[in-house]
Amino acid sequence: MISSYFKYTVMFILLVLIQILILNQVQFSGYINPFMYILFILLLPVNTPAYALLILAFLIGITIDLFSNSMGIHASASVFVAYIRPAVIRIISVRGDEIDNFPGLLQNKFSWFLTYTSIIVAIHHFILFYLEVFSFSGFFNTLLRVILSSIFSIFIIVLSQFIIFRK
Amino acid sequence: MRSLLRYFIKNYAFVLFLLLEAISIALVFKYNAYHKAMYLNTANRVSGTVYESFITVKNYFRLARINKLLAEENTRLRSLTGYSREPLEVNEIIENIDAEGGIYRYTSAMVINNSVNRPFNYITINKGAKHGIKPDQAIITHNGIVGVTLKVSDSYSLAMSVLNGRWSISAKIKKNNYFGSLVWESGDYRTASLKEIPIHVDIAKGDTVVTSGFSAIFPEGLTIGTIGDFHQADGDNYYNITLALGADFKSLSYVEVIDNPDRDEVWELEKISP
Repeated sequence: MISSYFKYTVMFILLVLIQILILNQVQFSGYINPFMYILFILLLPVNTPAYALLILAFLIGITIDLFSNSMGIHASASVFVAYIRPAVIRIISVRGDEIDNFPGLLQNKFSWFLTYTSIIVAIHHFILFYLEVFSFSGFFNTLLRVILSSIFSIFIIVLSQFIIFRK
Repeated sequence: MRSLLRYFIKNYAFVLFLLLEAISIALVFKYNAYHKAMYLNTANRVSGTVYESFITVKNYFRLARINKLLAEENTRLRSLTGYSREPLEVNEIIENIDAEGGIYRYTSAMVINNSVNRPFNYITINKGAKHGIKPDQAIITHNGIVGVTLKVSDSYSLAMSVLNGRWSISAKIKKNNYFGSLVWESGDYRTASLKEIPIHVDIAKGDTVVTSGFSAIFPEGLTIGTIGDFHQADGDNYYNITLALGADFKSLSYVEVIDNPDRDEVWELEKISP
């Protein structure tokens, strides 16, 4: 139990640092900005109580906000995906399908993890980018940014599962 | 009442969700509504230190490039002052100063955090109040303007980049002094648009666009960029001009902050006239 607290604390710090120091500096063509920190919300154990899920999501969101001069938008998007996460897991898990308590890639089927990540990332990015521009003018331009960035984030998150967060 | 309470306890997750979401949205609204500088944070000690220690590593890999830029800048300055012409006469210097309306003070600084792909981009630099930086000072590089300082802490400052849809800059075409306003609409970090240049004005690709000096923040005549492309929409009295920005926002490293000591006086005057 203690070791799992420790593991998630390290993951929190690591993901925030990766996000602000590396991914926020990687800027392709003004459209793509991957957000990997959602991995923290994705990987919390399935049986995490709802209050912990929401508060942790709020914390990581507001931390990213503090470092990227975007008060509230990351917090808001993160809290939203944290709230719908249990429902998403319920919907995409076929009955009788054993879902591991730890929703990582190695514990579950690849297709399950990919669907899970894609849904959460797409919703998160959608909220994030529209809150950021704060208007529906240039709707399709923003939508393009949502789609491109989502693809990139999903790619990075799935890739990271093969490289680091193996346990 | 009791059943309401029971409902809340049963659905505490939803209530908590609403609460946290309300806090976040309130922050977004506040940030959008008023002078955002209050909520901008990368100039504080913690994030400033994190970014600065990271940038020292990053800059190590850019040393060759930075050296080249500095060498070019040296060459340019030398050609302006010493070797290529007679030394300036004392009177000439004074005249120059008078013509520009004041003595600007320059401070060199290093960019420690910067973005180009958000709709509202900001820059953090490693000089702050104790180095004499104040809010509303211009930031430039040798090949173009970069932004304006917003919020200053002891040793760091946060600046609004030109690549920020929340503001516009008064600019003019160097060769004929027609002025318009420069705005950046999200997308490309290499271009911005110049608005309000009437269609009778003679312009051509490659014309230099400089600051107009109307704002008291930017001195007059600083390079912004060159005209990249322009066309005239049907029935419109103004050109749509796309400007190629001079400064390379993606690889900003060393910048200069300009202090105009007369700025407050200018603002005081402008406040009086309606």
